Amino acid sequence: MTDRQDEIARKFMAAIPHARDLGMVITRIGDGHCTTEMPYDEKLIGDPHSGVVHGGAVSALMDTCSGAAVMSHPSNPAGTATLDLRIDYMRSATPGQTIRAEAECYHVTRSVAFVRARALDDDRDNPVATATGAFTVETGSRK
Amino acid sequence: MSRPAPEPVQVIKHRRDAALDALVGGIPYVRHLGIVFERRGDELTGILPFDDKLIGNPVLPALHGGVTAAFLETTASITLAWSRLWDQIESGALDPDKLDAASMPRMPKTIDLTVDYLRSGLPRDAYARARIVRSGRRYASVQVEGWQDNRERLHASATGHFVMPPMRDG
Repeated sequence: MTDRQDEIARKFMAAIPHARDLGMVITRIGDGHCTTEMPYDEKLIGDPHSGVVHGGAVSALMDTCSGAAVMSHPSNPAGTATLDLRIDYMRSATPGQTIRAEAECYHVTRSVAFVRARALDDDRDNPVATATGAFTVETGSRK
Repeated sequence: MSRPAPEPVQVIKHRRDAALDALVGGIPYVRHLGIVFERRGDELTGILPFDDKLIGNPVLPALHGGVTAAFLETTASITLAWSRLWDQIESGALDPDKLDAASMPRMPKTIDLTVDYLRSGLPRDAYARARIVRSGRRYASVQVEGWQDNRERLHASATGHFVMPPMRDG
């Protein structure tokens, strides 16, 4: 990451209490694309029988990553919020592995940003989940 | 012909509440978010007490969209699992004093979840109730509504599809 991207990523995550709470880290950002990692943690477990991470934590990861992708879009939105998010769960994430979300903001209008994302663990050929979402685009000057 | 006397209300409530506690309390992520369930008969209401760690936008401030998604998904899947368990609770097949997370049936697996964010989530408690639209042997479809101060003003709603775990004992 360039210094500027690194700065954006660090500020973005530091400003979001829930992203910090779940241990999310942006590893790449810029030009409408974002990669965010969430290390395995016991508090994320949704199925105590198997130790598999809860779907809700995967949703939170993909929502955060998607929002960051919108913020990094060249159109430079002042802010964003999720309008809708559809998540498809393909399989359980393997317990113990970091989950990585990759999001792409592929189209932005004056009011809406469209995003697709996927979540992966170490088996990169078989996504854990995919998501598509629409996000608001806040206009107005950045503070 | 006389019917057996009805069980004392305390016995029934104890059994139902013990089953609900075992179902909800065994999930670390649900505990981490602080989600609890209130029960009226068989009707469940999910409650997400506000906490600073649930914030996604500190400027407004607003709840994190992922928290809202997780809350609605949890309410949907717990309501589904609860409805599957209900007959065993009522028949007395479940011993309330021997219940723990390990004795609970597997949770339904989420296939997909579509969340509509209708208003930004305020920094206050949130509530959710799920309606099981269809629950078959293998698949279920559930709608869930979330609100905060005002039942008529939803802050989010969702539809989810689930794969049901195999029933125990046929």
